[in-house]
Amino acid sequence: MTNEEIKEYITAHAPEAIFDETGEWLNIAVESNHLKPLAAVLHGQPMQMDYLFCLTCVDYKTHLTMVYHLTSSTNRNINIVLKANVDRADPVIETVCDIWRTAEMLEREVFEMFGVEFLHHPDLRKLILEEDFKGYPLRKDFEDPINMIKL
Amino acid sequence: MYNQTEIIKDTTNLGPEGELVVNMGPQHPATHGVLHLVVTLNGETIKKIEPHLGYIHRSIEKMCESLTYRQFIYVTSRMDYLSSHINNTACALLVEKGMQIEVPERAKVVRTILNELTRIASHELWIGAMAMDLGAFTPFFYAFREREMITDIMEETCGARLTMNYIVPGGLMYDIHPDFQTKVKAFVKQFKEKVTEYEDLVTGNVIFQSRTKGVGVLTAEDAISYGCSGPVARASGVSCDIRKIAPYDAYDRVEFDEIVETAGDSFARYIVRVKEMNQSIHIIEQLIDNIPEGDFVGKTKNVLKLAKGEFYQRVETARGELGVYIVSEGGTTPYRIKFRSPGFSNLSVLDHIAKGSKIGDLMATMGTLDLVIPDIDR
Repeated sequence: MTNEEIKEYITAHAPEAIFDETGEWLNIAVESNHLKPLAAVLHGQPMQMDYLFCLTCVDYKTHLTMVYHLTSSTNRNINIVLKANVDRADPVIETVCDIWRTAEMLEREVFEMFGVEFLHHPDLRKLILEEDFKGYPLRKDFEDPINMIKL
Repeated sequence: MYNQTEIIKDTTNLGPEGELVVNMGPQHPATHGVLHLVVTLNGETIKKIEPHLGYIHRSIEKMCESLTYRQFIYVTSRMDYLSSHINNTACALLVEKGMQIEVPERAKVVRTILNELTRIASHELWIGAMAMDLGAFTPFFYAFREREMITDIMEETCGARLTMNYIVPGGLMYDIHPDFQTKVKAFVKQFKEKVTEYEDLVTGNVIFQSRTKGVGVLTAEDAISYGCSGPVARASGVSCDIRKIAPYDAYDRVEFDEIVETAGDSFARYIVRVKEMNQSIHIIEQLIDNIPEGDFVGKTKNVLKLAKGEFYQRVETARGELGVYIVSEGGTTPYRIKFRSPGFSNLSVLDHIAKGSKIGDLMATMGTLDLVIPDIDR
């Protein structure tokens, strides 16, 4: 599948998707409430994006962006980057861990590091940090005067 | 952390279904690091495994946000300390890709040789440690005999035995030691003679086979869904070698096989790693006599600045696919960096494959996943 075909296919399912081809891989940005349906479409036939190899979040100070790196186990040369902006004050997005099981732990990490709440996640609690840890360390405005992370 | 799971202190009063919760770790000899598993048992059968991470969390991703593109490589050696060369390579490749730095051929070839030596050293340590977890003590000494030769080669060329920091953006930090080629050839010769000893000692061992065959079976679908990579996924029949998918450095000009097994059990994961070591030797043999003359580092600016944009670089470490994702705002430091560590995804599958088996088999299952805890916690 070429990028043009992928774009055509995605536009048919998510007309509002914004494409960006400046980077190495095709970037697709959608609204946060459209992400889950599009993820399910990508996972199914004929795209078969069944391998989620990176799930993370970026803090752009005005908003947070969820970033999903997808590829297909049958054709590892197709790589897609799926993005969705979430509100910084009240970050909520639907979980994708019923589509890709690996997302369960990766979303827990994003939850504690950025404070993004994943709806319908089976076990959303802290993974790496202590239970009573306050704040979201990977956000840009996080400051901890005692345990300084910044060098 | 402890209030997340109810820990039964009084064993005379068990749960409603006779469940017993056992803490394995953080200080457990078989976890080889500080991994805390809360295991829920029914008799001897595992009902649930919950990993509790963070005992060696250093927030490397946040640290890197205030380190320049020359400095952040040193931190990555401390992630997966058994694959430090390969971690460094990933970061160097990403900076080179972002800045379009031309890397000399000599550096590319030396990097490939060092990466493969690292892979062998990592697998050697794994064989020794895993056999020891399963009760065989001797393989540890056999494996460390060869591993010692590699660490000596590393020490001579890189000045360190574990956290090398030798690969920098543009090429290598120094030229290789004059004895490098002779030493590597001596190692290759010794390894080829001695590798059959592992086969005799471990592979054909009845106790070892009965403890690993059919234990911790991972299907190909689950391996894909859980994002497994490296020998863990390849033992389940998933072809996922980044060296073949997206060749970097000198991997496009060497000939080697991607080892894929289909059984998916602990024994298959063992076989994949042993065969991979032979393939690594095969790669080294092709390159060691053909190290091109010339510069060992390309021309770089004093201050490295990545263009505005997003970059992603994948490499194959001894454990699987390491991804480095950088969001750059055009400055001298990354705006956001994410390390996709292979151990993290491989650990997430542990609960799924160990459920229903006996607690004694957990050692074999966990051992063959080859977890390095600093790589998981970052």
